[in-house]
Amino acid sequence: MRESVLKPRLIPILLLRERGLVKTVRFAKPQYLGDPLNALKIFNEKEVDELILLDIDRSKSGTEPDYAFLKEIASECFMPIAYGGGIANLETIRKLLRLGIEKVSINSCLAANPGFIREASREFGNSTIVVSMDVKRSGLFQRSAVHFNRSPQAQVPKDPKAFAQWAQAEGAGEIVVTSIANEGAMGGLDLSLVELVAKSVTIPVIAHGGVGSLADVKAGVAAGATAVAAGSFCVYHGPRKAVLISYPARKDLDQL
Amino acid sequence: MIVIVDYGMGNLGSIQNMLRRLGQDSTVTAEKEIIARASKLILPGVGAFDTGMQRLNDLQLVTLLNEKALVERVPVLGICLGMQLITNSSEEGALPGLGWIPARTLKFQVNEFDLRTPHMGWNEVEPSNDHHLFKVPPGQSSFRYYFVHTYFVECEDHANVIGWTNYGNRFASAIASGNVMGTQFHPEKSHKFGMALLKSFSDM
Repeated sequence: MRESVLKPRLIPILLLRERGLVKTVRFAKPQYLGDPLNALKIFNEKEVDELILLDIDRSKSGTEPDYAFLKEIASECFMPIAYGGGIANLETIRKLLRLGIEKVSINSCLAANPGFIREASREFGNSTIVVSMDVKRSGLFQRSAVHFNRSPQAQVPKDPKAFAQWAQAEGAGEIVVTSIANEGAMGGLDLSLVELVAKSVTIPVIAHGGVGSLADVKAGVAAGATAVAAGSFCVYHGPRKAVLISYPARKDLDQL
Repeated sequence: MIVIVDYGMGNLGSIQNMLRRLGQDSTVTAEKEIIARASKLILPGVGAFDTGMQRLNDLQLVTLLNEKALVERVPVLGICLGMQLITNSSEEGALPGLGWIPARTLKFQVNEFDLRTPHMGWNEVEPSNDHHLFKVPPGQSSFRYYFVHTYFVECEDHANVIGWTNYGNRFASAIASGNVMGTQFHPEKSHKFGMALLKSFSDM
């Protein structure tokens, strides 16, 4: 697939926990960074392409989103926002869209309810439904498999390629593929994984996990991603990881 | 008062958020009495064409909307699906559209160009026919907006096209006929570019 027509998007991915902004390494050790509203105001001023917000506790516990807080966030954001965490039924999505969230990221609930992508995309349109897949490599041959916190029902494919194709067929409008091993390490994306997923579907693919530089963003796009999402790269500065909300200048992004 | 028509499709909150930032009062509603008093209408929408038309029919809003757009001629802005609904038809569905602008909605045939659908992300709009929706605010030299769509609008008369965008082919990303306007992109999610456009609409 050719992607040169669209400007590659760089999407800050922000993790929320109890109304605080945190950052993890390999999905663990969440470090508190500060007030998310402050960070969002800065991202808004920097005119970021888009934002992904994930409430990490709610996706584990399955409790409903913090609507009041998200409403506050959405009223400050004049760019598209995707939200994930605690989405398990259509009513939740309806409430999120009403308060100014564009897209919802679906992941954990698929283990128990594989039909949810279809149900949600039929109701709200494919472009509203982002399916997120977290991929873990394990074993002697470092085989990759889609990881869930609980064991998913049989029809949910574990193989990344099969999962991506299944998600597209079910009605996903976009896929976020995250490499768990690379997440928070800032050592580059898992490019072979990105390429595998991008080649197997025709919907946009967002590559996530490992971005540490603009060169990594460029490599992700070259591997077939439509957009690249980054956590640490947008919230840390320098080798000691000082907290600094940042986003590359537009001209640097346009040159990628 | 700007009324954002709530027919159950799409992210109405974002539009109201941006209008609020512009200091413009707006109401999100499906109540006929309130729509009847609107000085401007925004027809938003994300989702399928037939579902959208069916909801407007179920809410018995079509006659009233026709009255507002074609007889009273208040400024109307259709956004995304809202723009597609003001055309005559869509390849996505079987129901007739509102037909306020002679145009039809077609599916992107981008496979020949090896492009992904939905067309999702930021893209440029090249204004045409000098429409005041694209008045250039000081310091702005390009028109960059956020798009998410799989179908696009083809106007019978290019005089109704006020903005063009390339995705494989060139398509009409903004259209207008008198008081009726539509944008395929989402101004409410397009930072200063979208804010300038909604301001132009509010000032009409």
